[in-house]
Amino acid sequence: MIKYSVMFIVLVLIQVAILNQIEFSGYVNPYLYVLFILLLPVNAPRYVVLLSAFFIGIVIDLFTDSMGIHAAAAVFIAYIRPSVIRIISVHDEDTEEYPGLQKNRFSWFLTYTSIIVFAHHFILFYLQVLSLKGFFTTFLRVLISSFFTIFIIVLSQFIIFRK
Amino acid sequence: MKNYAFMLFILLETISLVMVINYNSYHKARYLNSANWLAGNVYHLVSSVYDYFHLTRTNKQLADENVRLRSLINNMPGVVVTPDTLVVDSMDYDEVYSFTSAKVINNSTNRPFNYITLNKGRKDGIKPDQGIIAGSGIVGVVTNVSESYSVGFSVLNSRWSISAKLKKTGYFGSLEWTGNDYRIASLNEIPFHVDIDRGDTIVTSGYSSIFPEGIMIGTIKDFFSPQGENYYHVDVALSTDFKELSYVEVIENINKAEIEELEKTIKDGS
Repeated sequence: MIKYSVMFIVLVLIQVAILNQIEFSGYVNPYLYVLFILLLPVNAPRYVVLLSAFFIGIVIDLFTDSMGIHAAAAVFIAYIRPSVIRIISVHDEDTEEYPGLQKNRFSWFLTYTSIIVFAHHFILFYLQVLSLKGFFTTFLRVLISSFFTIFIIVLSQFIIFRK
Repeated sequence: MKNYAFMLFILLETISLVMVINYNSYHKARYLNSANWLAGNVYHLVSSVYDYFHLTRTNKQLADENVRLRSLINNMPGVVVTPDTLVVDSMDYDEVYSFTSAKVINNSTNRPFNYITLNKGRKDGIKPDQGIIAGSGIVGVVTNVSESYSVGFSVLNSRWSISAKLKKTGYFGSLEWTGNDYRIASLNEIPFHVDIDRGDTIVTSGYSSIFPEGIMIGTIKDFFSPQGENYYHVDVALSTDFKELSYVEVIENINKAEIEELEKTIKDGS
């Protein structure tokens, strides 16, 4: 509980104080805070996952003047998370309680992260423009930002969260 | 209660989407924005760190601005300067503007709707609908104010448009950001018969009470005449570099309430 509270605060601060400030170009904005939802225990009650995702989304929205957009994307991935885990856990060893990299195979973690991050960014970027006008430009932003988010998340697992 | 997760999911998504839709209309979401106490303080702290990396550039911007103002002030009668406020009694238009300096503590340029957060709020006299400018030109408009912070649309936000005119001929149109490049906005409603050229200066028109007349917006970068339409398509290179914003001024039109009152009586009467 304390560990997740600290992670919540650290991830929000990294997101708003560093990642949102570095504006690489019009296409790249990684959203590392997704990691918080990714790392919640696999067997956590679903209402806990949904409400935590909603809460972190609202906090990010507060900082970015994008009311509701991050909350909607975060709640969506919190909802699909159990299904994603069930579908990609094909081996017997894929039954860890903690879905971080140190307890799981690299390919499992990469697949898990990629699916969730892509789903999150897809909802996020299309809600941002609120139209399908410029569908491919937005799709390109989804792809490029997803790539950077996945990269940073995997990197963070090697640097900070590995014990 | 097997489906409680699905019900909760629908409930939370509904709340989120209602917020998204509400926030889309100008002025609706008054409470949840980055002018709040938490975001304001965090951004204040963050910007005080980032400032050190921009000191040289900021100093140069302020020095240039000083030079520009000093040369302006010599040519202007009816100017009153006090240490923190400059009241310009513009002889030409009988409008009185007062300026408050503020620092940009958060700003984005890479989203479809970009906002700026300032370190001044209600206690400093900032109110919604006041214009924001920098030495280099127009920056945005205040939309929400808390006790110590305020947040507003930057020019890079397609939820509003600015009344602009060609400095050379005085023809006016509306300037809107198209959502792609932070250096380019488009000027609409300039009819084909108007003589325009690349490099022509675009300034504020003064027809809204947000900005005084003649504040720099940018220069014409490119234009063409679309077939079957009556207006040019004009790309304007913005004079303000939105990636390098630091110190700005918030403009108060002291006569705004009076002007609005007067305009209201006309609307009521017709």
